[in-house]
Amino acid sequence: MPTHRDNRPNPDSLLQRVQREAAQAERGRLRIYFGSSAGVGKTFAMLATARKLQSEGREVLVGVVETHGRSETAALVEGLPLLPQKQIEYRGNMLSEFDLDAALAARPSLILVDELAHSNVPGSRHPKRWQDVEELLAAGIDVFTTLNVQHLESLNDVVGGITGIRVNETLPDTFFDSADEVVLVDVPADELLARLKAGKVYLGTKAEQAAQNFFRKGNLMALRELALRRTANRIEDEVQAYRSDQAIAGVWKTEAALLCGVGPDAGAEHVVRSAARLANQLNVAWHAAYVETPALQRRSEAARERILRTLKLAQELGATTTVLTAHNGAEGLIGYARSRNLSKLVIGRSGRVRQWPWVRRLHEQIASQATDIDILEIGRGAAGRAEALDAGATQDSTPGRTQMRDEAMRIRPYRYALSAAVCMLTTLLLTPLRHYLDQANIVMLFLMMVALVAVKIGRGPAVLAAFLCVGAFDFFFVSPRLSFAVADVQYLVTFVVMLAVGLIIGQMTASLRFQASAALSREGRSRALFEFAREMSTVLEVPTLIDMAQTAVAREFHAEAALLVIDAHSQLQLSNAAVDIGTAQWAFDRNLPAGLGTDTLPGSPFLYLPLKTSMRTRGVLAVKPVNPRFLMIPEQRRQLETFGALIAIALERVHYIEVAQEAVLRIESERLRNSLLSALSHDLRTPLSVLYGLAETLPLTAPPLSDAQRAVADAIQIEAKRMGALVNNLLDMARIQSGDIHLNLQWQPIEEVVGTSLAATKTSLASHNIETQMAAGLPLVRYDAVLIERVLCNLLENAAKYTPAGSTLRVIAAPDGSMLKVCVADNGPGLPAGQEEAIFEKFARGEKESDKPGVGLGLAICRAIVSAHGGRIRAAPASTTGATFCFTLPLGEPPQVPEEMDSSSENAQ
Amino acid sequence: MSDPVKSVVVIEDEAQIRRFVRTALEAEGWRVFEAGGVKQGLVEAGTRRPDMVILDLGLPDGDGVDFLRDLRTWSSVPVIVLSARSDESDKIGALDAGADDYLTKPFGVGELLARVRVAQRRMQSADGRDPVFRFGEVSVDLAARVVSKAGIAVHLTPIEYRLLACLITNAGKVLTHRQLLLDVWGPSHVESSHYLRIYMSQLRQKLEDDPTQPKHLLTETAVGFRLVA
Repeated sequence: MPTHRDNRPNPDSLLQRVQREAAQAERGRLRIYFGSSAGVGKTFAMLATARKLQSEGREVLVGVVETHGRSETAALVEGLPLLPQKQIEYRGNMLSEFDLDAALAARPSLILVDELAHSNVPGSRHPKRWQDVEELLAAGIDVFTTLNVQHLESLNDVVGGITGIRVNETLPDTFFDSADEVVLVDVPADELLARLKAGKVYLGTKAEQAAQNFFRKGNLMALRELALRRTANRIEDEVQAYRSDQAIAGVWKTEAALLCGVGPDAGAEHVVRSAARLANQLNVAWHAAYVETPALQRRSEAARERILRTLKLAQELGATTTVLTAHNGAEGLIGYARSRNLSKLVIGRSGRVRQWPWVRRLHEQIASQATDIDILEIGRGAAGRAEALDAGATQDSTPGRTQMRDEAMRIRPYRYALSAAVCMLTTLLLTPLRHYLDQANIVMLFLMMVALVAVKIGRGPAVLAAFLCVGAFDFFFVSPRLSFAVADVQYLVTFVVMLAVGLIIGQMTASLRFQASAALSREGRSRALFEFAREMSTVLEVPTLIDMAQTAVAREFHAEAALLVIDAHSQLQLSNAAVDIGTAQWAFDRNLPAGLGTDTLPGSPFLYLPLKTSMRTRGVLAVKPVNPRFLMIPEQRRQLETFGALIAIALERVHYIEVAQEAVLRIESERLRNSLLSALSHDLRTPLSVLYGLAETLPLTAPPLSDAQRAVADAIQIEAKRMGALVNNLLDMARIQSGDIHLNLQWQPIEEVVGTSLAATKTSLASHNIETQMAAGLPLVRYDAVLIERVLCNLLENAAKYTPAGSTLRVIAAPDGSMLKVCVADNGPGLPAGQEEAIFEKFARGEKESDKPGVGLGLAICRAIVSAHGGRIRAAPASTTGATFCFTLPLGEPPQVPEEMDSSSENAQ
Repeated sequence: MSDPVKSVVVIEDEAQIRRFVRTALEAEGWRVFEAGGVKQGLVEAGTRRPDMVILDLGLPDGDGVDFLRDLRTWSSVPVIVLSARSDESDKIGALDAGADDYLTKPFGVGELLARVRVAQRRMQSADGRDPVFRFGEVSVDLAARVVSKAGIAVHLTPIEYRLLACLITNAGKVLTHRQLLLDVWGPSHVESSHYLRIYMSQLRQKLEDDPTQPKHLLTETAVGFRLVA
């Protein structure tokens, strides 16, 4: 019985689905018309659908369509808007190419881009057309495109094997699989051949050529099968996705994954392709790893580049790739597989014949060390076979050997001469000693010389020395002397042992020497890194950082380096005129490396690395190496990336130092402002209090004042009071201007603040009639009582000031949607027309050069206070029936007050 | 006044303020002692046994609130606080520490004298208390727990009554939200000032002529409430 749990979709897969859908929502949709070969009618089908969509009102643009001179297809293009091709000059010829920028600028709803696997003319932004399509999709444009099965990367060699023709234009399977829809355009082989004969596929002689080479019935059937199968695989994936969405399946696959060991041999590509197909069929994620062992480190640059290419291919086929460093291959692969929980290991069958019976093959080593890992050994592909044959002619099938030969070639011949000279010298020195020394000791001295040659000169010269020593010993020291003949057979053993020991010593010393030098260069790299890290950790300012980083990168990588850093507005700052800001911006925006050695603008002399940190990308490092191949070496590239990471961290650190400094400065200035304001408020108010109080107490003193003196005292008092109000307004405005109004928000009834405001303005309103209209059952509102009281007091005092005595002032409060609206209305002369907004400006007043006192800060303060509460204040349009000022406060949800249990009907008990 | 001359201690660092306060109070018949700081103020308050203290909150040698706490350990003399700061929390702090009333600078002499009179009256009525308290048309019989307005009995809920009684007991004095909440609802509700506001508003509806322009149950903005007879 399946339990209830089994029917629940896996949360991880649901999350993946949500992410997938979110990503797809912004991206354009990709539809691929997929066919087994040219001529099946993909372009035709694509155009027909596009026409239909256009007639339904879709905005369709033809980006690029190859009609191959087919009249039926050309007829379909008629009437569809065509994007002009871009003309690119390449080696003196003008070549036309799909214009990506124009397509992005046109932003059609749907664009047709034929021949997805096409390689762009050098000088285009991307080397491949599918990368153009990717950019179109990212821009949210839907794309229709076409593809033949032989262009699929993972099937490339299979198709090559069937038809004998390898195509160079390939499409990564990951891109094919990421398409939203794949439409299979299928035609039986016979019909296709009939079409070819009728000249509907190729014209004239080209058709005949094609029929002989490619369009053979057997080929076509095989290709058709491949296309159908690939489509079927895809549909199976879709079904899988659908099932997981709908939770049809009860059982969920555990996350099994595949590890492909990339070897140094030429057959590795085939292994990678096979692993990709296998992973695809098993529907699992897969990894590809290359294990760099001491032995493999000795390989030539060319061999290492091939390994790098293979890894890149694996990445294009959807693998997670990595380079491991380990003592031997088996160890590295097993360690990696265990750490990632990869249960299946795919390796290539070693091409070399077992050299020594005791040397175990890789799969045997793995099998004995890790019994829990499944091993799949892949046979060498066609490429591997071909290469083996080529190499077989020179009797050296293993690249390793070839490599050793390469190395030997590189070592200059004078070393061998030197080695021979040393042998001769030793022989000359030993000849006079032969009467005093035992022959065994002479052998020992010769061996020592071989060891010295190995240490000082190298492996090859040491081998030569070993042979020369044996010869010299035989010739000059073994009787009969001055002849290679040997009297005693015993000496044969001596020779063999001497040679063997010489060779072994030579090999071992040389290998040690190599390892020492490898360790030295590794150490050099680490030291450079360490020093750079130390330099970067001391920098406190961006300009210094840029200088130091550029110098360090230039020194370490023998390259011209430019560091482009973002400024406060997230704009890249150009520091070196040679750098192409467009490419740098592209790398920065996409967070992907661009330029030299990458997929994007590989023709550029600079390599652009985005400087990523945990928070954001902080800039771009542009490097122009003197020798571009230098950066292709994986260690160098990794070193550069590490430098980039260090620069990024340093940039982030400097950024946060700046942020912290700014914060300290802000806190400091805020503190200063606050203390200044409170000191001002104290120092201004105290003398005002004194002035006010003294003027008020003047009449109380004896002898009593005359009427005139009393009037002066009253005037002083009134003016002091006005001054006090002015100071209050100015201080409030200063507080509000400095941006920190701290609201003391409380839930309270609005009539409370209306009451206190009316009480506070009692003296100013003494000669006016006051009416209040509070809507019944108003809820509590959340406001700062002191500040809203100021708003109301200002409005009331204004109303009193600008209306004649005896006017009526009304305070009205009523709900207005989700807000509470409070109005102060008078029946005075009203506002001057057109001034409804202007009066809220600072120092604005109703009448210019008015005789009414006040600076006109009141309404500006009101507006600041009300907007801090999330409300709005405005004057009603001018009318002759008086002025009305209204402000709103958000209603919100007031807290509940528990209903009181009033059990007694009377409070008296 | 029939009593012997009453005395007041004015603790204020600004001589000019002391001067006009003295003038005003002496005109009302008070005997005024001045102090320029907290220490001198405590000495004066201890030796003169005043009937009233007027205290500035911003003193050079200490905080007015500390003075209040100290004073309240041995005296219940009415204290009116003068504050130059517009920050309400200072006033609330002083009131919670035992002040009776407050004035914000710049203040008028008339206002000061009115507050002094109210505080004085409160002290006197505390001695021989009339069980029936009257304000406006409202009369509250604290013994019989009967409230009436213009001769007509008014029904109050128990909480409304408790709130009113609390205000009557401290009539004239500013009671902070905290003090009222503590008194009526108990220590668990000292933060629930909206309770207080709702019941206050209900009391006004029942007892004031115009609840939006109350004459007796007054709001001290952001500080508390006060009952004025």
